[in-house]
Amino acid sequence: MSDIKKIKDEYLNKLDTDLNIESVNQIKTELFGKNGQISNSFKTLGSLQTDERKKFASELNSIKDELQEKINFKLHEIEIKEINSKLENEKVDVTLPEREINQGKIHPVSQVIDEISSIFSEIGFSVEEGPDIENEHYNFTALNTPDNHPARDMHDTFYLDDNKELLLRTHTSPVQVRTMLNGKPPFKIIAPGRTYRSDSDQTHSPMFHQVEGLHIDKNINMGHLKGCLNYFIKSFFEVDKIKMRFRPSHFPFTEPSAEVDIGYELKDGKIVIGEGDKWLEILGCGMVHPNVLKNVKVNPEEYQGYAFGIGIDRLGMLKYGINDLRAFFETDYRWLNHFGFDPLDVPSNYRGLSR
Amino acid sequence: MKFTVDWLKDHLDTKKNDNELIEKLTDVGLEVESFDNLSSDLESFKVAKIINAEKHPNADRLRICDVDIGEKNTVKVVCGAPNAKKNLLTVYAGPGSIIPKNNMKLTVSKIRGVTSYGMLCSDSELNLSQESEGITELKSSHYSDKIGKNFFKNNTKKVVDLSITPNRPDCLGVRGVARDLAAAGAGKLKKISLKDIKKNGSQKIKVSITKDKNQGCTVFGSCLIEGVSNRESPQWLKEKIVSLGQKPISAIVDITNYVMLDLNRPLHAYDADKIDNEIIVRNSKKGETFKALDNKEYKLDDDMCVISDNSGVLGLGGIIGGTRSGTEINTKNILLESAYFLPRSIRKTSKLLNIDTDAKFRFERGIDPQSIEIGLTKAAQLISEICGGKISKFDIQKTAKHEKNKIKFNISLFEKITGFKVKDKEVIEILTDLGFEISRKKFELDLKIPTWRPDITQPIDIVEEIVRIKGYINIETLEPEKTRIKDTLNKQQKLFHFLQRSVASKGYFETVTWSFTDSKINTLFKENLKEIKIVNPISSDLDVLRNSIFSNLSFYLKKNLDRGFKDISLFEIGPIFKDRKPGQQLTVIGAIKSGKISRLNWKEKERLVDVFDVKKDVIQTLVEAGYDKQSFFIRDKSPSYYHPGKAGSVYLDKDDIEPVAYFGEIHPNIIKKLDIKTEGLVGFEIYLDHLKDNKIKLKDQKSNFEYSDYQKSERDFAFVVDKNYKAQDLIEIISSVDKNLIRSIKIFDVYEGENIPNDKKSIALNVTIQSSQKTLEESDLEKINKLIISTVESKSGAKIRS
Repeated sequence: MSDIKKIKDEYLNKLDTDLNIESVNQIKTELFGKNGQISNSFKTLGSLQTDERKKFASELNSIKDELQEKINFKLHEIEIKEINSKLENEKVDVTLPEREINQGKIHPVSQVIDEISSIFSEIGFSVEEGPDIENEHYNFTALNTPDNHPARDMHDTFYLDDNKELLLRTHTSPVQVRTMLNGKPPFKIIAPGRTYRSDSDQTHSPMFHQVEGLHIDKNINMGHLKGCLNYFIKSFFEVDKIKMRFRPSHFPFTEPSAEVDIGYELKDGKIVIGEGDKWLEILGCGMVHPNVLKNVKVNPEEYQGYAFGIGIDRLGMLKYGINDLRAFFETDYRWLNHFGFDPLDVPSNYRGLSR
Repeated sequence: MKFTVDWLKDHLDTKKNDNELIEKLTDVGLEVESFDNLSSDLESFKVAKIINAEKHPNADRLRICDVDIGEKNTVKVVCGAPNAKKNLLTVYAGPGSIIPKNNMKLTVSKIRGVTSYGMLCSDSELNLSQESEGITELKSSHYSDKIGKNFFKNNTKKVVDLSITPNRPDCLGVRGVARDLAAAGAGKLKKISLKDIKKNGSQKIKVSITKDKNQGCTVFGSCLIEGVSNRESPQWLKEKIVSLGQKPISAIVDITNYVMLDLNRPLHAYDADKIDNEIIVRNSKKGETFKALDNKEYKLDDDMCVISDNSGVLGLGGIIGGTRSGTEINTKNILLESAYFLPRSIRKTSKLLNIDTDAKFRFERGIDPQSIEIGLTKAAQLISEICGGKISKFDIQKTAKHEKNKIKFNISLFEKITGFKVKDKEVIEILTDLGFEISRKKFELDLKIPTWRPDITQPIDIVEEIVRIKGYINIETLEPEKTRIKDTLNKQQKLFHFLQRSVASKGYFETVTWSFTDSKINTLFKENLKEIKIVNPISSDLDVLRNSIFSNLSFYLKKNLDRGFKDISLFEIGPIFKDRKPGQQLTVIGAIKSGKISRLNWKEKERLVDVFDVKKDVIQTLVEAGYDKQSFFIRDKSPSYYHPGKAGSVYLDKDDIEPVAYFGEIHPNIIKKLDIKTEGLVGFEIYLDHLKDNKIKLKDQKSNFEYSDYQKSERDFAFVVDKNYKAQDLIEIISSVDKNLIRSIKIFDVYEGENIPNDKKSIALNVTIQSSQKTLEESDLEKINKLIISTVESKSGAKIRS
């Protein structure tokens, strides 16, 4: 009895020392092997009296469990230690660069178009498109700009034939005509897209982008126009207040017509929209001319509404501090990288327009 | 349209200050381009007195003058004028001044060894006259107390520059501007004060307007002024002309210009002695020629409106006069013309001949046809005042009456359009001030439209008049209502936006390039599409509409490579053009990728971009857009600008006629032709219009969720096939063996070389087999294995590799 206690203490002590796997296995054999000390002790059970046997067996079992547990613990401990020391040797320099991901970019014009669509979507506009090549009728005549109208001179038009029948659209307004001819009022659309004028300098490029807006219903008046544009400008520039000025102007396809200025100031050479006492012209608009409505088979006695046209590139320049319009179209990799947007930055109503 | 505030006040009685006037102009729709001192340049010209004048030691004709310019010290000026004498009052221009005549900037300079600080000016240098003999001599009675003061005192008055919209010809004259301001409450419009002029005798030169078809002239008024002595204009007139940046010429020319600028009433003065017998206003005949005042010889076409005499064409009516009958300084007898020409005729002729003049600009927009007489009166009066002469009675030839047009205007339309109300009384006041004649019938106004407003033809024009005069500031800002009529984007637009971001998310930079391109590059990519020339291109290398997005992409790729970049991925989504009619265009994504993958990477082995990079991008983009990859079909056909052996096309379905995309290496010949310096160049194109809408809605896709928990097994096979045999076909054969059990097939090796015949290759595949009903037994697997091998061997001629 005392023998096995002695054995137990002796081996527990042994197992507390620093051992390797082999020596633990050695101990295991010494205790539980065929002729192991514990195994042998079990063999003596048969020669004992019932009562004594029970008692001894119980003690023996508990000692056996204790030792086995200790051995398992020890083995596990050694294993962990070995893994740790192995991992220690596997250490890499995690400051080395990660594997490459090529980050793509969305062009500012596309981003701004998405922002605009998102804003107008919120107030119920849908997006329409039209062809880049137009005929003279849709681009001018149907828009109350007949052949002899001096306003035609204000558009430096690219023509595709000598009769000046086919041309590259000089504005997105022909989409108004197409939309109204193909549908029935009410109309509530925007039409972003490419537009073309044969003009090229620091602030003009032969191709640029416009967004057309059109809202025709039974009682849409200039107050709605003002409200719509006020809402748009505020949302687009992500400011709470905006200073806006409507100036009377002239476009053949709207009457009354207006040009809209927004207030800004220069802070450290940068344009800050919404404050200050300087004015910046950003769009043209007005009530759709009754002649245009007649041309597209909408009864001007029954329906009326507004239209507007905004330069998209210019809006983008103002919002994102881009100075040169022509750089938009010059595909300089550095420029695209700098002014481009992460494709995951999708402007939306619920996430906000921009980060 | 330029004028000084002083000039405006000739017509407007106002107490408003300059800034208030400028603001009012903006408010009524007359856009102020600028409001500046005409040119501060002129402020550097000062009244000066020569204190002393000595002969230049090194030059007989030069003098060294000590000049008093009103400062503490006199300045030394070297002067060559014979009249530069002691005590002369003249005009001094300091260093930095710009001489009006030749726009030369003065500097301090040494003249024959003597330093000269500035210059003493002649009348001609100051653009005051053609007189260049000697320096300006100022009367001491008038100028002796003005030494050191600005010489051009009137020019320091501020000049307003308006940008007048084409609908407002009336505001091309100062009086029209004043009328708008008066209507808007900025003052009172003054009456035009005309003294009675004596008109003696009849106009002796016979005038007739022929009854030609499309005759461009309807009224021709004239008067003869005999015995004038043309001369330089008086100072007040010169200053008016100069203040607008124009050059005074002679009294007669300056007066006609002045009346035009003042009343928007173009006039023309003929030397009556050079008119051969009579004036005939008629249509031109093809081949007629005349020399115009711009010194160009014009060859006329049929049916242009000309003013002629018995010897031929004198001028183009309303556009430009001719040299043959032009007035000169010694002209004695003048025929003054004040006429009305139809805008359409003016526009047509000036476009055909490519002439742009001030008169043309005005007549094209519409001149007041009832201003014939007032124009003649005002000009004749000034001419007789300044140049003397005997004025004849006016001769007015008319082929049409220009009466005032009438409109009925229902006052309620105003509120309907603008959303706010203006009192009837105020409406009537505004319209009266603008020159309308009104008779009121309850809610309707009968309006007679002033003849200077050709733009006003219908009630909506009246609404505009009232609202702009009343002020746009009165329009309310209504909250936008959020009602929606239809979805924001249609399916095709959603696809556009999705694909755009999908391609960008694969490492491509989106670019936007012109819709036009260089025909020389375009032709490399246009395949069998029509070349679409632009008649008036912005430059010769942007002369056609693009038939492919690749032409601009490759052009700009080259530019970026030349900047030293190597690994570039670019794409554009936009239109390409099939033909020149509206709608004959396609929306296409074009993408290119150059250089290497993992260049200079410590971890990955670098390699050239290849066809499978772009294939990956194109397939993945389509999959992300919701198309079923299982049904994609790849053919090895591609447009000629791709490498013939390393490019392909993608079909959404095997049976489709049109591919939705191409991908591959760009043809080496094109890379060479365009001199693109890159190690590798691949690209792809996706045709959005060919992407039919076969997407299963997400809500339908999600509802059929099935999966199998039974054990799956994998088996590897290697088949030896002909070198040209396509992997796609092999996969199709295997998957068709048992569509239920074969879950996936992966090619993990393609091998040519040792142990494989020359004309063969080995394709190794891993096949995953799984049943949705049970765990497959070894015998089931063996069965399907054998079936795969036998089917492949019999259908493809392949041999299993042992």
